Amino acid sequence: MCTLEKRGDFFILTLTGENDDHRLSPTLIAAVLSALREARSQATRGSVLITTSQGKFFSNGFDLGWARSAATPSDAFLRLHQMVESFRPIVAELISLPMPTVAVVQGHAAAAGFGLALSHDYVFMRSDRGVLYMSEVDLGLPFPDYFSVLFRAKLGSIAARRDVLLRGTKVRGAEAVKLGIVDGAYDGEEKVKGAGMQLAEKLASRKWNGEIYKEIRKSLYPELCAILGLEVDKPALSKL
Amino acid sequence: MCTLEQRSNLFILTLTGNNQHRLSPTLIAAILSALRQVKSVATSGSVLITNSKGKFFSNGLDLPWALAAGCRVKALSRLSQMVESLVSFPIPTISVVQGHAAAAGFVLALSHDYMLMREDRGVLYMSEIDLGGCLPDYFTVLFRAKIGSGLARRDVVLGGRKVRGREAVEMGIVDGVWGGEERLGEAAVELAERLGARKWDGEVYQKMREGLYPELCVVLGAVTGRIQAKL
Repeated sequence: MCTLEKRGDFFILTLTGENDDHRLSPTLIAAVLSALREARSQATRGSVLITTSQGKFFSNGFDLGWARSAATPSDAFLRLHQMVESFRPIVAELISLPMPTVAVVQGHAAAAGFGLALSHDYVFMRSDRGVLYMSEVDLGLPFPDYFSVLFRAKLGSIAARRDVLLRGTKVRGAEAVKLGIVDGAYDGEEKVKGAGMQLAEKLASRKWNGEIYKEIRKSLYPELCAILGLEVDKPALSKL
Repeated sequence: MCTLEQRSNLFILTLTGNNQHRLSPTLIAAILSALRQVKSVATSGSVLITNSKGKFFSNGLDLPWALAAGCRVKALSRLSQMVESLVSFPIPTISVVQGHAAAAGFVLALSHDYMLMREDRGVLYMSEIDLGGCLPDYFTVLFRAKIGSGLARRDVVLGGRKVRGREAVEMGIVDGVWGGEERLGEAAVELAERLGARKWDGEVYQKMREGLYPELCVVLGAVTGRIQAKL
């Protein structure tokens, strides 16, 4: 499912299974949420979260197979709704994590998998493999409200938003950099992981106050915080 | 006024006539009627292309009508129905700007999902600042929704800049430019075919567009309720 490893200052969250497409099933969602809460509880100045995965996929989105295997169509819809609602706290947790977050997208990231990556402060992907893809328009699935808000918050380019959300474009590394969706694209799994670690080291060395970092991040995304039910506090002014 | 042609899955709406395709009550009504017609027969895979003929795509509102006492509000409200119809259209829409598009004409073009333009002819121009006319709220919301660059918006809306094809691409206003009317037309059909081949569900597509432009949909009264996922 997933592992959380502490390596010095870093929390490394890995979706596991080389042959898995890391579908966000209720089990994986619960495991990721638990791991994020664990990281939060151990956060100190200089902590950084790195999220990555194994194999061909970063994550292929919600477990639609599980939803469709329900007894009736209305039960199928309820299962999808359950995953949508239980994924919401993951986005909320990432947006309010008291440390910088880096997603290392070593494979395809689709739908909620793309949303998971985008919920991080920094996103790196491979240039030689893997696409970012919002499959919903092709699958005929409307977006949950917080997805639209997440994408509006994180994708600055209006043209990029239209291409990704309305056109369902499959975006490769180089284009993702050009469209401002990711921070960098690297050739090969080792290089992208290396880039993730290197950035994490630079961020960790700033030894930021986690609570302040979290509040500043939240203040960047007020609409997203509102829809996730996250209050934007103004922390007491520190020693000035 | 305007014609509507169906070519397999493509619906081609063409502005016709001689009056610089000025948006008069008659033309707006004709466009609204054509859009309603397309909506009633469109299926997944359908695409709308809106184009025009001659020197102008559209030179904006029919001014004598619009400036007549009490008519400006009515004119802008009639126009907003047209914008609302396009912004909530259940299929992809492409505007093919083969000539000048000014004021409400520019707004008509911008209300489409994709905008293609001629490289060698025609300008986009928000003339209101030069004419001393104010912009209705949905105009400014449309520009904020569709044009990402603050500088581009300033130049177009506040600066009354006349934007030619290449510039329009650089400013992020149009999706591409082509030299000559024929090549432009072919590019539009090619794009339409690529979009049509995805066979998107109309209700979902409409809802997604609403998610992309929420402020615009609110100001136009085009917000729809939640739709159920079909698994």
